Amino acid sequence: MSPETVGGLGARLRRGETTPAELAAQARGALQSIEDLHPVLRYTDALTERQAGRAARMLAESPERAGPLCGIPFAYKDVLCVEGVETSAGSRILEGFIPPYTGTAIQRLLDAGAVPIAVTNCDEFAMGSSNENSAFGPVGNPWDPSRVPGGSSGGSAAVVSAGAVPFSLGTDTGGSIRQPASFCGVAGFKPTYGRVSRYGLIAFASSLDQIGPFTRSVEDAAHVFTAMAGHDPRDSTTSPLPVEPVATQVARGVAGMRLGVPREYMAEGLEPGVRAAVLAALAELEKLGATLVEVSLPSTEAALSTYYIIAPAECSANLARMDGVRFGLHVDRKSLTDTYLETRGQGFGPEVKRRIMLGTYALSSGYYDAYYRQAQKVRTLIAEEFDRAFESVDALVCPTSPIVAFPKGDKSDPLSMYLCDVLTIPVNLAGLPGISIPCGLSQGLPVGLQVIGPRLGDAQVLRVAHAYEAATAWHAQMPPSSPTATGTPS
Amino acid sequence: MTLARDQVTHVAMLARLGLSDEEVERYRQQLDAILSHVDRLQQVDTSQVGETAQVGGLVNAWREDVRSECLPVEKALANAPKRRRDHFEVGAIQE
Repeated sequence: MSPETVGGLGARLRRGETTPAELAAQARGALQSIEDLHPVLRYTDALTERQAGRAARMLAESPERAGPLCGIPFAYKDVLCVEGVETSAGSRILEGFIPPYTGTAIQRLLDAGAVPIAVTNCDEFAMGSSNENSAFGPVGNPWDPSRVPGGSSGGSAAVVSAGAVPFSLGTDTGGSIRQPASFCGVAGFKPTYGRVSRYGLIAFASSLDQIGPFTRSVEDAAHVFTAMAGHDPRDSTTSPLPVEPVATQVARGVAGMRLGVPREYMAEGLEPGVRAAVLAALAELEKLGATLVEVSLPSTEAALSTYYIIAPAECSANLARMDGVRFGLHVDRKSLTDTYLETRGQGFGPEVKRRIMLGTYALSSGYYDAYYRQAQKVRTLIAEEFDRAFESVDALVCPTSPIVAFPKGDKSDPLSMYLCDVLTIPVNLAGLPGISIPCGLSQGLPVGLQVIGPRLGDAQVLRVAHAYEAATAWHAQMPPSSPTATGTPS
Repeated sequence: MTLARDQVTHVAMLARLGLSDEEVERYRQQLDAILSHVDRLQQVDTSQVGETAQVGGLVNAWREDVRSECLPVEKALANAPKRRRDHFEVGAIQE
């Protein structure tokens, strides 16, 4: 039996068969039982209790009016600010930082009655593809603890994969929701850039970052997205356009839809088992009535280079605020310059320093035009190629990652780690919505199918993913070692 | 390309990162490898395209010029490593 979804738990809550406090206690117990994997950095106990009480009152007042997330436990990535709960961005430099305010995405979940249980481990400042860059240690993949869960939202993927919570929040700058979702065999949805407010998200690369959910079903992803999405005056990049009612659209099926398969995403470099699983998924979508069309996105190869200029450039500017003056680590030296140098030198881990250096270099005098300006131009080409593709197709379908979860320590060379994100990065550069859903196993490990939509086509993405999920059973597979697993997945 | 040591120390100073000698050498090699890969960007013909700074599809996001609630002083200072009365305290800028 697989663990319950948001929908299933909500129905039991509304029938009075369980309470928010009971579900919270179960979730906390389940998270404790997987502490060996190290996906949780801390529990939100005081807030959990308050919020469970609030959810219980909402349900008592009007079970019908209480939304689908009321009373549902969740975990969130250690880059999202919640007033009074430590947020450290997986970094020594922010260890002990207690946010004085709550970010919009989580505030909206709290207002919907969802109950936070824990803060999840992640790569330091969300920079990484394996969760091995966390200053607090790596996370194990529930499918094989010797392997990585992906990153940077590795902890958030692992807790849903293990069945400990029905949903969690992550952030996706270059694939940090979709890739760990793929590695851990769960759904991971990155909404259109500007759909979910970034207020209260510790910024990595502001033109790329987006908050989104990990869930056990596409319908659940739609519920969490709906609760978080929409304009926020505190984030001027949020779209003022009304959010489509996605919940009513996801179950429409794919019959008659045109789905594009980007040739460059199926090129060499795909692990054979990944290719086989994705090809089988494409055949399934065709069987469900979709028309598959090959499309070409020629600038795909340049996307990785573009990203590794733009994201470090933005991070070098964003992380300038980690200066030991207003919050976080402070290494006291006589002069202000030495205080900066020592605080930042001691507080940041190797990958964060590497990206700050790379970004500072790309923005520095004499190199700006060749690197940063050129990258911003190639970004235009990448976005235009997607636009052209969406003139003839409703969505794109392809692998999320060219490989399955790799062993810890396998990618110690920074460049080889960067190459992991080759199929997810273009989506962020163009600001598009994308989801990864489980579509099979390779070497006994989960493979993710990625669905990409046009800007603000979040509902289309969820609709394609839902149709595939409804026709297959991969989403119900549990890791062999999980406490709720009943047997080895076949 | 080959990145020189003094380029690395210059960038580290611009970024206000105190690095050990060993780190300088490690980052020199790693950044060199990354930049060599990234250099393929130079081969892309971008003579006919403009720059994309954001993909949100928005032009300007205006709001009324009215004062709204902001973080109270005590909350803003709550995480300060060093404070003096209602201010953040910093070390000497000039010696």
